Amino acid sequence: MLHIKCPHCGLRSQNEFSYGGDATVKRPELNKEISDQDWDNFVYLRKSPRGKHLELWQHISGCRQWIKVERDTLTHEIFKTLKANEEV
Amino acid sequence: MQKYSVFSLIKNAFKGHKDWEVAWKDPTPKSEYDVIIIGGGGHGLATAYYLAKEHNITKVAIIEKGWIGGGNVGRNTTIIRSNYMHDENGLFSEFGMDLWRSMSQDLNFNVMFSPRGIINLAHSDAQMNVYSRRGNSMRLNGIDAVLLNREEVRKIIPMADFSENVRFPIFGGLMQPSAGTARHDAVAWGYARQADSMGVDIIQNCEVTGFDVSNGKILGIRTSKGDIKAKKIGLCVAGSTNILAEKLNMTLPIETHLLQACVSEPIKPILDNVVTFGAGHFYCSQSDKGEMVMGGDLDGYNSYAQRGNLPTLQHVLTEGIAMFPFLSKLKMLRTWGGIMDMSMDGSPIIDKTHINGLYLNCGWCYGGFKATPASGWTFAHTIAQDRPHELNAGYSLNRFNTGHLIDEKGLGTKTWIS
Repeated sequence: MLHIKCPHCGLRSQNEFSYGGDATVKRPELNKEISDQDWDNFVYLRKSPRGKHLELWQHISGCRQWIKVERDTLTHEIFKTLKANEEV
Repeated sequence: MQKYSVFSLIKNAFKGHKDWEVAWKDPTPKSEYDVIIIGGGGHGLATAYYLAKEHNITKVAIIEKGWIGGGNVGRNTTIIRSNYMHDENGLFSEFGMDLWRSMSQDLNFNVMFSPRGIINLAHSDAQMNVYSRRGNSMRLNGIDAVLLNREEVRKIIPMADFSENVRFPIFGGLMQPSAGTARHDAVAWGYARQADSMGVDIIQNCEVTGFDVSNGKILGIRTSKGDIKAKKIGLCVAGSTNILAEKLNMTLPIETHLLQACVSEPIKPILDNVVTFGAGHFYCSQSDKGEMVMGGDLDGYNSYAQRGNLPTLQHVLTEGIAMFPFLSKLKMLRTWGGIMDMSMDGSPIIDKTHINGLYLNCGWCYGGFKATPASGWTFAHTIAQDRPHELNAGYSLNRFNTGHLIDEKGLGTKTWIS
């Protein structure tokens, strides 16, 4: 069981959260010329590193806010949690 | 190579089983090969076997970081099926079913293929409609499919929960009678033994640390046992694909996730088939030893941990008990986890890459074991002929860029949702 420190609610169990994937991918800007490759990078391509991974979680059974979590994908150690609009 | 038969068994029994030949050798790597396959799992070993058998390419090495068959081919739930709706998946898997049926004779190794049938349970009228559509698609591709009503399912698995007041009543199911299971380790060992006998070097405990690429062409690999040159290199390392891709400066449409499985204590024979729960993600069969073999959802977040987390296991087994209430009486014998290449449309990739001489076999999601022979066969063809076979043409790397996805489950890119 992971224990995730929600920046709004404090330390909670993993099963209060739902996963949202890689937090580093950036949607291409609206109303700009966008190549197929840009969309490919955003929609499909993922680094999926072994080690530190910045990812989105939603505190679905709590405050319902989206948050960012920096976690080790090999050891599951959680280094840092942030509000969704904060940068590492 | 020594042929395995009842006569060789009797002959060796009289000699106290002391004269059996080694099943495969333990060579030191040569300085150069025609083809190097990275990854000594089922797919890698099968690829080397078919390179030698179908294409007469025998100057081949398999480079394995650990020991052969120690990855996902030794960690799966042994289910073999071809009950897919899309043509690409159906035709590829059904080609594989033919290879499964003749595998024990072909490899002279008993892989214990047991075509016991798989039943996907349906729990609503809508789901029956979906199964009837999938069954029809399968039959159009020459795959056997039978739509069962509630009473027909009850005759086959009377121990399932057929009581009236359940949350997910059984409406019926879709059955593929020719699907089944096989002894997973035997598949790896059978391919290894045959590949070795045809001249393939199986090099274990040898980690790939880097690649030698120049002017867009692959020249060789760097390993913990020294540099090895090769004209062609195939990657067969599901679970570790992203780690090797990083060394090649490639970013792939793959996330690495953890899948758990478990077995109960052995009990007397009760379940003749493979059965899947239709209102969640749970599947179950009974091994020859009597253990109930069970699995279900991914742990749900990127992971390389190779060990599972309890909330997912609890969730999966809750579904299991909803389907087969008797499971609640059993003790758990073992649980384990393996890491999966989760591709962004749920289908695999068997293709060339932008690097000349480098070939990719990855993205098997939950379904790599059943694909072992077809994957090896088509990957060997792709490497030998430098172009995909028509059976794996759909499993291209650029389908994500061009929009030709093969999204069997309609899950899109959220691979952790199941």
